[in-house]
Amino acid sequence: MNITVCIKQVPDPNQPYKLSGTRLDREAVQPVLDPGDEFGVEAGLKLAEAHGGEVTVLSMGPAKAMEAMRRALSMGAHKGILVSDEALAGADAQATAQVLAAAIKRNPFDLVIAGTESADGSTGAVPAMIAELLGVPQATFAKQLEVKEGTLTIHRQTQEGYDVVECALPAVLTVTSGVNEPRYPTFKGIMQAKNKPVEQLSAADLGLSVAASQQVAAVNPAPARGQGEIFEDDGTGAARIADFLKNAKVI
Amino acid sequence: MNSYENEARRSAPLVGERGERRTRGGRNLVGFPAVSTPTRNRADALDFLGVDALLSEEERMIRDTVRRFVRERVLPDAGGWFERGEFPRELVPELGKLGLLGMHIDGYGCAGASAVAYGLACMELEAGDTGVRSFVSVQGSLAMYSILRWGSEEHKREWLPPMAAGERIGCFGLTEPDSGSDPGSMRTTAKTSGGDWILDGTKMWITNGGIADVAVVWARAEDGIRGFLVPAGTPGFSARDIHGKMSLRASVTSELVFDGCRVPRDMMLPEARGLRGPLCCLDEARYGIAWGAAGAGRACYEAALAYAKERTQFGKPIASFQLTQRKLVEMLLATNRAALLALHVGRMKDEGRLAPEQVSLAKLANVRDALEVARSARSVLGANGISLEYPVIRHMNNLESVFTYEGTNEIHTLIIGQAITGLSAFQ
Ligand SMILES: Cc1cc2nc3c(=O)[nH]c(=O)nc-3n(C[C@H](O)[C@H](O)[C@H](O)COP(=O)(O)OP(=O)(O)OC[C@H]3O[C@@H](n4cnc5c(N)ncnc54)[C@H](O)[C@@H]3O)c2cc1C
Ligand SMILES: Cc1cc2nc3c(=O)[nH]c(=O)nc-3n(C[C@H](O)[C@H](O)[C@H](O)COP(=O)(O)OP(=O)(O)OC[C@H]3O[C@@H](n4cnc5c(N)ncnc54)[C@H](O)[C@@H]3O)c2cc1C
Repeated sequence: MNITVCIKQVPDPNQPYKLSGTRLDREAVQPVLDPGDEFGVEAGLKLAEAHGGEVTVLSMGPAKAMEAMRRALSMGAHKGILVSDEALAGADAQATAQVLAAAIKRNPFDLVIAGTESADGSTGAVPAMIAELLGVPQATFAKQLEVKEGTLTIHRQTQEGYDVVECALPAVLTVTSGVNEPRYPTFKGIMQAKNKPVEQLSAADLGLSVAASQQVAAVNPAPARGQGEIFEDDGTGAARIADFLKNAKVI
Repeated sequence: MNSYENEARRSAPLVGERGERRTRGGRNLVGFPAVSTPTRNRADALDFLGVDALLSEEERMIRDTVRRFVRERVLPDAGGWFERGEFPRELVPELGKLGLLGMHIDGYGCAGASAVAYGLACMELEAGDTGVRSFVSVQGSLAMYSILRWGSEEHKREWLPPMAAGERIGCFGLTEPDSGSDPGSMRTTAKTSGGDWILDGTKMWITNGGIADVAVVWARAEDGIRGFLVPAGTPGFSARDIHGKMSLRASVTSELVFDGCRVPRDMMLPEARGLRGPLCCLDEARYGIAWGAAGAGRACYEAALAYAKERTQFGKPIASFQLTQRKLVEMLLATNRAALLALHVGRMKDEGRLAPEQVSLAKLANVRDALEVARSARSVLGANGISLEYPVIRHMNNLESVFTYEGTNEIHTLIIGQAITGLSAFQ
């Protein structure tokens, strides 16, 4: 099974972010492999362990994204592709998807795995666009997954519970943070990572000249959360909390 | 830049632009007076000297992996383990999986990492808890290293892979009730009888003793001190855990009793003869301890710095008082110096030019400094400084063990004293 896992390097989401204009200031905060993408890497490794085959990690980003790539390789991925090109700086979701799809298409693939949404851009749009560009089905929000005889079956996380979704391979799959427990890289893995092949590509190598079609007009902080409602329990507390939850459509 | 701007910069508050609490990696806490280049470097409040930049990418990845493991698997429970006097045995296979056990051994299922990488791992583990780091030191640097260095090929093949995986636990029995700093005075004996060895005697203060699958035991034979592998369950061998410890509580410490304990001839480590056998293993462990202590000190400093910036008395954060700042700066000084020293001896070890007395210097200096840092940090935390809600008192108490084991402060002083004067002051 040939599995490609899309991974993104993001500014450490556990640290306060800094803006420079309408963009994140990437110099200010330590870059890390998007924690959400670790679930994708783990899912890919598990499948390759069960069915054989190789896991390729694919990233588009600045040259520094090689560190995130090495981390995924140290977890056990077999090889990497890093698309890095000044011409791609400022790419939006669509341009990113075009680049990633073009890189994926160069080799035969059975499954493309991505995160549900990135920790920084968070559009959640890239995987669907990749599926469209590759002309394959997508199975999203997987909290459980299985591959059997060319068919991918997932439990798709929903508001109420989950749907069981099935599609034929090749396909694009996005995984949630509940899908598995990503392994720690082992020291052996870390030491082997630097000898694993990483192909470095430019936009021209992919025969692409893409440009962002979106522009970020403004960036505003999310409104501070309003004060919660406080119920003093005078014997009717439980009923009032139940009403409150009903109104909020939680129960 | 004119002097007015300069002044304005200097008086700016030493916190991030949004007043956020600083975490590792940010670059907004400043200690230098302003200089005129706009892109000047800034010292990090934690890694003040930028020791990080001296590490390779691979070393940083190993460090970050252990740091994360500690954050996720050690720190949430470390206070509870200490309070209950409980060693987290469930961590052992996880430590093995990462490659922490016998980490710097090549082959036999071990990771084969560099001395610096091993040191960094010790540092991060002990920034979590000294008990966990002690487990790793004893397993890897004492028990496994004894087998690697002095054992037969069969010993290595049988014991090292499962010990590396954390499936088997080892301990190292040198100290006795009446023989501590002076191991040459040991009384445990090994006598030959019908092709076997008979061990008699008592070992004391043995880390991992009660949970070990195999004990590396040093005993006096006819031709000098010899090492033996004694599997748990061997008739005549029993272990009793030591209770009532006020230090290193998340670690098993035991007494080992050998009462006519018969072990087959081939359980002797063939290559070790004399005190050099155990002492060269101690050198390995002491090296890791020099790193580990730097980690414990750093954890105390970080806790004190964060606390001092948040705790308000007399209408101001206590970090704004000169007396507190002095404490914080002294801690910073000690922890950064310790990290540099550890890295320096680590590079020397990787180059194969580290002498035992240099390991002594690093162990002595870093453990002593860490203990000072811990005590000072404890005072900064006030009453909270004695609570297990914070890591400081735990580290402070743990470091008392580190101060004593693997050669006391005094013994390392005498080793260094002998090295520089050529005169032994041991007796
Ligand atoms: C030179 C250069 C500089 C860049 N600088 C910036 C920058 O300053 N700010 C910025 O936000 N982005 C930057 N990018 C990356 C790119 O613009 C974003 O990846 C893109 O906007 C995707 O949107 P998203 O993060 O919302 O993805 P989402 O759709 O939220 O991501 C979902 C999943 O898609 C996959 N995915 C998304 N992006 C990538 C990627 N780049 N590589 C591999 N897999 C991916 C991951 O699996 C992810 O979990 C840069 C890229 C290059 C080449
Ligand atoms: C938690 C813990 C775990 C341990 N784990 C192990 C283990 O796994 N395996 C093992 O073999 N041992 C272990 N030890 C034992 C440890 O190595 C010894 O405690 C240490 O070597 C000191 O020996 P002692 O306690 O007998 O003190 P002593 O040797 O009796 O020393 C008492 C004091 O006298 C000082 N002193 C001794 N001789 C001199 C001198 N010549 N000049 C000046 N001062 C001197 C010492 O520095 C010390 O301050 C452990 C100890 C502890 C506390």
